Amino acid sequence: MTMRMRASWIVVAAATLLAMLLAAARSSAQTKNPYSGDPKMAKLGEFEFRANCAFCHGLGARGGGRGPDLTRTPKKHGDTDSEIFSTINNGVPGTAMPPNGATQQGVGMTEEEVWQVVTYIRSVEKKADAKSLGDANHGKQLFYGSAACGTCHMVNGKGGRLGPDLSGAAAGRSTEYLKESLRDPSKRLAQGISEAMKEFSQEYETANVITSDGSKYQGVVLNEDAFSLQLLDTREVLHLWDKSSLKSFEKSRQSLMPAYDEKVLPEKDLQDLLAFLAASGAGGAK
Amino acid sequence: MKPRLAIMALVAFSFASSANAQVTPERLLNASKEPQNWLMYNGDYAGRRFSALNQIGIGNAGFLAPKWAYQTMAGGKFETTPLVVDGVLYGTGQDDRAFALDAKTGRPIWQYQRALPGDIRPCCGRVNRGLAILGDKLFMGTLDSHVIALDTKTGNIVWDVTAVDYTKGYSFTLAPLVIKNLVLVGVSGGEYGIRGFIDAYDAATGEKKWRFYTIPGKGEPGNETWEGESWKIGGSPAWITGTYDQETNTTFWTTGNPSPSNRGIGRAGDNLYSNSLLALDPDTGKLKWYFQFTQHDEHDYDATQVPVMVNDNGQKLIVQANRNGFFFVIDRTNGKLIRATNYAKVSWSTEKDLNGRPIPSKDGSPTPEGNRVCPGAAGATNWMSPTYDPQTKLFYVTAREQCDVFSTAPQPYEAGHAYYGSAYFPNEDAEPFYGALRALDLKTGKTAWEWKHVSPTWSGALSTAGGVVFTGDAEGNFIALDARSGKPLWHFQCGASVYSSPMTYAVDGKQYVIVAAGSTLYAFGLQ
Repeated sequence: MTMRMRASWIVVAAATLLAMLLAAARSSAQTKNPYSGDPKMAKLGEFEFRANCAFCHGLGARGGGRGPDLTRTPKKHGDTDSEIFSTINNGVPGTAMPPNGATQQGVGMTEEEVWQVVTYIRSVEKKADAKSLGDANHGKQLFYGSAACGTCHMVNGKGGRLGPDLSGAAAGRSTEYLKESLRDPSKRLAQGISEAMKEFSQEYETANVITSDGSKYQGVVLNEDAFSLQLLDTREVLHLWDKSSLKSFEKSRQSLMPAYDEKVLPEKDLQDLLAFLAASGAGGAK
Repeated sequence: MKPRLAIMALVAFSFASSANAQVTPERLLNASKEPQNWLMYNGDYAGRRFSALNQIGIGNAGFLAPKWAYQTMAGGKFETTPLVVDGVLYGTGQDDRAFALDAKTGRPIWQYQRALPGDIRPCCGRVNRGLAILGDKLFMGTLDSHVIALDTKTGNIVWDVTAVDYTKGYSFTLAPLVIKNLVLVGVSGGEYGIRGFIDAYDAATGEKKWRFYTIPGKGEPGNETWEGESWKIGGSPAWITGTYDQETNTTFWTTGNPSPSNRGIGRAGDNLYSNSLLALDPDTGKLKWYFQFTQHDEHDYDATQVPVMVNDNGQKLIVQANRNGFFFVIDRTNGKLIRATNYAKVSWSTEKDLNGRPIPSKDGSPTPEGNRVCPGAAGATNWMSPTYDPQTKLFYVTAREQCDVFSTAPQPYEAGHAYYGSAYFPNEDAEPFYGALRALDLKTGKTAWEWKHVSPTWSGALSTAGGVVFTGDAEGNFIALDARSGKPLWHFQCGASVYSSPMTYAVDGKQYVIVAAGSTLYAFGLQ
């Protein structure tokens, strides 16, 4: 009896060990891209990318309104193949990036297909778009000084919170996108809160509210549903309202951010600002 | 002494009710006459999702409150519409879970979870929409392409048959439909270059009785609508539960997109019976007639919306608000189109044929650089159930206003791998996308009223004799609306987007309304 029990324990222990070894083998398989540099696999990855990723990241991985430009390096959420693999599989909590297969868009991908996508992304990456020519230190002075970006935007914990936090914003977005955001901020409103399972992120829409006592407020919509409104007013005061209690509520896709045309922000200053944003993402000029 | 008596009485009652609990084919035929129960996915064979219960009405809906919640503790979309039979609720969850609950308390009676292989290929989440019931068995289609029967009392597997090889991209996500002694299921996998089908199994044994391929084989009529060998991998899944007309012994099923979904090059022709309404003999699986909603589809306009049977002014109709943006009214005795009117923004079709059917515009095809087309890839509506209220004669449908840019590229077919031939992404319209519950007038197809959602939702709708319509939104609200005016009566924040169609039932004379959201099944009743 005892012998048999002991024997069965040995079997269990051996099985556990085997399972652990297998798991270890599997996880080590996940750290290395089996298709690295293989153009055929990159092509297969492109098919998967079009079906699963292009909806947000655009054709050719150049970025869309919703998703960052993936031709840029380094990637905000990890730049090694295995980090990109895990970003695709697990998503990025708190952002619109869902775990593999979790949404209505596209299909779930197998491990090999995810590696194909990683291989594809690598194949379209642009090699270090020559470090921005701008002067990051001057950019920082502009940001917190005459350009007044810091009134509404935060970088690495310093600044306002009416607009999106720009820490690391330069990492995932093309220079064209960032320029557009400055020159024509209403063209594509920035995305705010993303809720798990909700298809669309809240955007930085402008809202004008008159409460039942006649008080008027202007600000950005932090979040909204059919019945409630979260408004951050221009003095950064958060209001939580039942829509039914308001006298009026109007939303506009005209951004609260002023357009920085060439007169307000000459091209050179713009480059300096972008240099500051880029450096802030890399932990540089703070 | 008294409490014990009461308990004994209750025990006696529950024995009596469990003895009555056998669901017969006759009970299924008359499902709408026992509104305390919900005997099939869409409530009745007509697919109306209308309940004769009226305890919750316009006057008191504002007093609705949560009665219980049941958690699957699973991630992903929770799409079930449960069944209720004599006080017991049967539902399904993510990753092919199934459960039986006390419908009054939400306490589980049994729970089942399928051991799924690691390499299943469901296109759009590890979802399941529900069960069918007959006698002492519940029927479920699984993500690994089996059809199984569970014992209603224990959740144990009674039979388990393999319908098809899941590694080729096939799966089941729909709730089966029981007709007489047969269990009907349709397959998913339109994103993988499958060949779609509808199957019927003997409810007692699981023996396959017939299969109808939704793409005709070589030599069969309709096969000529496919270029070359493209029919073999032409998709046309059937992933939403059909309806059944006892009078003519006809079951109505709808089919999805041809594969690859966004690339017509290589599959020239109408691509029958993709995106069609099929009238089948349920005993034999023989096709009586068909109606194709979208010919040679290149925008993933699955016709997989419930084909709702409506009788109006002596006319026997099928009505369907289609993913392609048109509201179709069809004579269900012969498949003739009576009317097609758009209920959402449409640009893929700008003209109609002599029968009034919208035909695809040449300018609407996806291009390598991308072409903006409305509705977008998710459609003007999708699989979420609509509801028809015979009291208001309004057809309520979840609509989505979104146009997408459709791009196409050549892609070789590889078994079991995604087969889109495409990409799509949102266009940059100044206006954000939105959704609405639209109440369509049966006579004109015009929108009588709409409840506008902040963003598009995947929730279906339920109408009730109390004059209340229920629906959910992507922001997590479950909402009661006045069926005649669309005015909000009540709402509850569920904490996660609703990806399901609500239902209602009654136990001990109290009406409940159910909706799944997040990983939770919520039951609401009057305070």
